[in-house]
Amino acid sequence: MKETVIAVKNIGKKYIITHEQGGYVALRDVLTNIFRTPLKFFTQKAKEVVGISKKEEFWALRNIHFEVRRGEVIGIIGKNGAGKSTILKILSQITPPTEGEIRIEGRVGSLLEVGTGFHPELSGRENIFLNGAILGMTKKEIVKKFDDIVTFAGIEKFLDTPVKFYSSGMYVRLAFSVAAHMEPDILIIDEVLAVGDAEFQKKCLGKMDEITKKQGRTILFVSHNTSIIRELCSRCIVLDKGKIQFDGNTEEAIETYIKLVRGEQGRSDVSAGKEEAKEANGLSIQEVSIINSENRPTSDLLFGEPFSVEVAISSRDTLKNISIGVRIESEDGHPITSPTSGASKKLFDLNPTSALRVKARIADCTLVPGQYWITVSATRHDQKLLEIMKIKAFFVGADSYKDTPSYTGGWGVINSNPEWSSY
Amino acid sequence: MTSVTTIKPKKTFSWNDIRELWRYKELLYFFAWRDLKVRYKQTAIGIAWAIFQPLITMLVFTIFFGGLAKIPSDGVPYPIFVFIGLLIWQFFSTALSDASNSLVTNQSILTKIYFPRLILPISTVATKIIDFFIATLILVGLMIYYHFVPHLYGLLILPLLLVMTFAVSTGIGLFLAAVNVKYRDVRYVLPFFIQILLFITPVIYPPSIAGKYAWIMALNPLTGIIKAARAALLGNIPINWLLLLISGIACLFTLLIGLIYFKKTEKYFADII
Repeated sequence: MKETVIAVKNIGKKYIITHEQGGYVALRDVLTNIFRTPLKFFTQKAKEVVGISKKEEFWALRNIHFEVRRGEVIGIIGKNGAGKSTILKILSQITPPTEGEIRIEGRVGSLLEVGTGFHPELSGRENIFLNGAILGMTKKEIVKKFDDIVTFAGIEKFLDTPVKFYSSGMYVRLAFSVAAHMEPDILIIDEVLAVGDAEFQKKCLGKMDEITKKQGRTILFVSHNTSIIRELCSRCIVLDKGKIQFDGNTEEAIETYIKLVRGEQGRSDVSAGKEEAKEANGLSIQEVSIINSENRPTSDLLFGEPFSVEVAISSRDTLKNISIGVRIESEDGHPITSPTSGASKKLFDLNPTSALRVKARIADCTLVPGQYWITVSATRHDQKLLEIMKIKAFFVGADSYKDTPSYTGGWGVINSNPEWSSY
Repeated sequence: MTSVTTIKPKKTFSWNDIRELWRYKELLYFFAWRDLKVRYKQTAIGIAWAIFQPLITMLVFTIFFGGLAKIPSDGVPYPIFVFIGLLIWQFFSTALSDASNSLVTNQSILTKIYFPRLILPISTVATKIIDFFIATLILVGLMIYYHFVPHLYGLLILPLLLVMTFAVSTGIGLFLAAVNVKYRDVRYVLPFFIQILLFITPVIYPPSIAGKYAWIMALNPLTGIIKAARAALLGNIPINWLLLLISGIACLFTLLIGLIYFKKTEKYFADII
């Protein structure tokens, strides 16, 4: 049995949920609050100090125990929000845990993003040094490995060009190349392999394999992509809702993970969801659900799986010839497709007595793994009666549905499998 | 030998932090190097900017304050009088404003990689030392032009003054950088704050102008530094050692407060930035 290099004991991380609009606290607002309602401010402070304030707390991780031995490659899988990134951030010391203790033997290199600290104005050469230093390499090490880094990335000709002129592929190759040449005893990797083209991904996987097998390094690896996990990891930890659900053999872990993803009841009760109004012009959205190919409501779909969006709308008045729109948006809010029932010559009638239930089955849109939003709208004679933005989120996983060819990576939101030929 | 790291809920401050800072000195150098490189790549006239900016300020101040407003200058030509003040002032004010924004501008690095957070503001202040030395060339020119020969002990005291300016700007910079992470509107208030500070610091006028209230000005550590710099270089007035000592203590105190506040809030940076 090899010696333990990472011992995680009872780790927990608590976040306090703030309901600030806009995200940032402005000093201006804090000061105005103090002056406007000084009493309330001080009683609130006093309550916080005494600990009876009703701040909303959220444990991103709780009671996490595990040990890692030298040379192990461990995959960490789990749904979005399961706490994967948090555990990586704690292990890389970016954020401290709220409780518990971790003991790590050896130098840790963490790669939560490729090209951290790259500066667009600086040349490839300069960025190698800067990025290397940020990743924890000494100048001497960088000088020693400089040629290897350049060759691995294949950017010899552009060494003295500012990286802002690099193509995205070159940029990622250079960034990963620097990272691949740091020689930590323990390497912590977030989903960085999701970027770059398939060929380069293979090269990176090869490099990682070499790192562990030949040099006996330890790797902790987070991914959604179960095929990469299968290829690389001998052991897997499945996280769910901040707790360890399973720790052991990769195949069983992936099974557990898939069960978790499939078993989730994804039906959203709209009224319990976002605070903002779900109604306009007497129309109100009662429910929006994503239905998978097995006719079950879910929020996680397989890659390539056909799905349906079900919308229930009630109305105060009787309205005829209503067109319902279901827009799919990427995680950052860009519209991907905006089908409307009107465009398909399908109009619906609404009446006050019962809610209208509309189902849109979408089978011809292969979204790449990631998170997406549904926006629902209702239109009558080109007049928009109601539009509720981002009413529901859903995820597409990296595992393929039935015969869908597996996801090969790359940029974009829509997958396509062209037939290639020369002519 | 393998190093052992223990990750625990963070304590506020320990000597390990200083040791760690030393281990990461190379990164500090690289950040400073990056900032300088990028800055001089982005401006059309490059490094000449470091000469140009204080030179023009000096000329404008000389024309309006020295020439038209006839502000006294302790019996030395106004250009050289105001320039010594400006050298220290520009070091302080640019270091302060850039250090305050250093965490926010490096947000993407801060949330992805661990390194002692102190490095960011400190390296920002360090780049200003380079600007300071470049601008010193103008001072040398002025001293030759006006036939001033600095005293030997005067030259010896200059590094001390530089260290004091470094300490006070780092101290306030650390404090504001940490505050800036939480309250993003600080950066809008800062230029105003710095502008006001210019007028309560004896840059364009001698502290003697305040008469019997001069002691109030001594509370501002920059007063002692600028006064001592003028005395050391020009020899027109003796160095006020007591004032310098008070300023020195004030600088150290500021640095300590900034450091403690920064370390105290540091653990939340990656979570709330």
